[in-house]
Amino acid sequence: MSASKFSNPVVRWIDHRLPIFSFLEHEANEYPTPKNLNYFWNFGSLAGISLVIMIVTGITLAMSYTAHVDYAFESVERIMRDVNHGWLLRYIHMNGASFFFIVVFIHIFRGLYYGSYKAPRELLWMLGVVILLLMMATAFMGYVLPWGQMSFWGATVITNLFSAIPFVGESIVTWLWGGFSVDNPTLNRFFALHYLMPFLIVGVVILHLVALHRFGSNNPLGIDTRGPQDTLPFHPYYTIKDFFGLSVFLTFLAAAVFFFPNFLGHPDNYIPADPLQTPAHIVPEWYFLPFYAILRAVPDKLGGVLAMFGAIAILFVLPWLDRSPVRSARFRPLFKIFFWILVIDCIVLGYVGAKPAEGMYLLVGRVATVWYFVHFLAILPLLSVIETPRPLPQSISTPVFGGGGGLAGAVAAPKEKL
Amino acid sequence: MRKLILCLAGLMMVGPALAAGGGDVVLKHKDWSFSGPFGSFDQAAMQRGFQAYVEVCSGCHSLDYVSFRNLADLGYNEAEIKAIAAQYEVEDGPNDDGDMFMRAALPADRFPAPYPNKNAARAANNGAYPPDLSLIAKARANGPDYLYSLLTSYVDAPGDKEVPDGMYYNSAYSGHLIAMPQPLYGDDVTYADGADSSVEAISADLVSFFAWTAEPALEKRKRTGVAVVAFLLILSAMSFGAMRFIWADVKK
Repeated sequence: MSASKFSNPVVRWIDHRLPIFSFLEHEANEYPTPKNLNYFWNFGSLAGISLVIMIVTGITLAMSYTAHVDYAFESVERIMRDVNHGWLLRYIHMNGASFFFIVVFIHIFRGLYYGSYKAPRELLWMLGVVILLLMMATAFMGYVLPWGQMSFWGATVITNLFSAIPFVGESIVTWLWGGFSVDNPTLNRFFALHYLMPFLIVGVVILHLVALHRFGSNNPLGIDTRGPQDTLPFHPYYTIKDFFGLSVFLTFLAAAVFFFPNFLGHPDNYIPADPLQTPAHIVPEWYFLPFYAILRAVPDKLGGVLAMFGAIAILFVLPWLDRSPVRSARFRPLFKIFFWILVIDCIVLGYVGAKPAEGMYLLVGRVATVWYFVHFLAILPLLSVIETPRPLPQSISTPVFGGGGGLAGAVAAPKEKL
Repeated sequence: MRKLILCLAGLMMVGPALAAGGGDVVLKHKDWSFSGPFGSFDQAAMQRGFQAYVEVCSGCHSLDYVSFRNLADLGYNEAEIKAIAAQYEVEDGPNDDGDMFMRAALPADRFPAPYPNKNAARAANNGAYPPDLSLIAKARANGPDYLYSLLTSYVDAPGDKEVPDGMYYNSAYSGHLIAMPQPLYGDDVTYADGADSSVEAISADLVSFFAWTAEPALEKRKRTGVAVVAFLLILSAMSFGAMRFIWADVKK
């Protein structure tokens, strides 16, 4: 906390009393980051920027939105037609939600692949799961606000899930609705909560970052950094890399917003909500489809709800299910195979979630659901015991393999240290 | 790990796939002037479509989200828009005596609906509600192709198909039984520009018009998009170069 590192006297004066510049210098400029991070480490900062994009466009949209069952749909059309660049704000917000989920899903699977959830980063991981849950709640309530057919019926289906809770379920649903069906009180409170929750997410993101900066980023090798030869200061190396990633991300987002803005949406949501007319197929937004498939795979309502929430809850205890001391899948041949099976399993669940719950789809959905839980509850604990990991390099900058395995000889020549 | 991106991209495809809905119809596809990244509206077709909407559709279907002033997008000037609006009567008021009154519509007014409320619309149409058409091109999967197919697919029902009273057979409608009677028979409107007035031509004109009512900002959106994406591509290339430059001294 030496203020003397700043030459500007004003900065020095402020920093002596409020060490904000020291803090930034330490956490953003000097912050040692493993030098071998690949592009999958871009998605953390992309998620943060997505959150900012959503908050900025969301607040601006809220200025022209009316949370009332008689006016909500029309106010959205007003935004699309009469508010200057309202169409742009709304399409960024709409597609931004999907891109936020894409980014976060990649971020999560990156963590799964490289074992980023393992000691000492368990709380970092668990805070991330909390963020995912908050995001899902926020996205669900946001989708209700335009008050189209899918908004209304999606809200009806999902809130009704709580009626599965024994004894008090029906009362809880009535309490959630603020009435005896999804109606104006529901829309109002969803708007209030949709506005509130992103700021809760910001709070948890800050905790997520504090936890991250305690031990720094994991890396593709999954081994700890051993000193300055393994790391780079965050700025400028990773600021520029994150900026490049951001440019590419924004290019994709812009392509969607300007050329295919409704591609990920459902046409029924351009029909005003009609409580008397149920759509042929009620489907959630694409990012909920895997969870929707798990929900419907269980023949019992309460069981389905428990399975759906369990699918996320299980991520909380993941650091204790996978006891293997090796983090990165690069050195875990069996884990790597099962990781890809899990990815395919999740995609299958997403596909099944989009289809009617009958016949072949139901069967496939059930198998995929069982596999999802088997992966976490049986395979990961088992692999921790039976798998022989490949030898690990001694450090990031010396690709010499320790442990004396047969593979080590193949990659012998050590490069010079930095 | 590159596979991961492909997989997630695949996941994104699932969402819209389900929107295609009933698999019992095959839509007729047309290359619309407004589709594609460089698409734009065909003003002449939109004006013809507007005329057809007024003369054929507007008897039953409202256009709630469109104001007369918006017709400027179709190429009408202010005087023409005032004249078009003046042909409609809208309710205004209350006046100083507290009474509602009728007056000629102004450019700022929205198109008046043909029925005072949903129940009146149902009562006049054999129980079926003629939907508002402002957003119809976005409220149906493959909207433009769907509308075109629907309008041009009133054909004789196959012998084994029972068509109840008040229903009509349409091969492009899911389930084939639709409550809307055939709206177009050809030569339903006389275009001032002498354009083709066959069922197919009028239908295509209507689609051009409804594509605009559903998404008036479409042209602006696509034009802006070309510039924004071009800028971002250049930005990506430049930041990639900057990244390579900064990382050049890092030993792997």
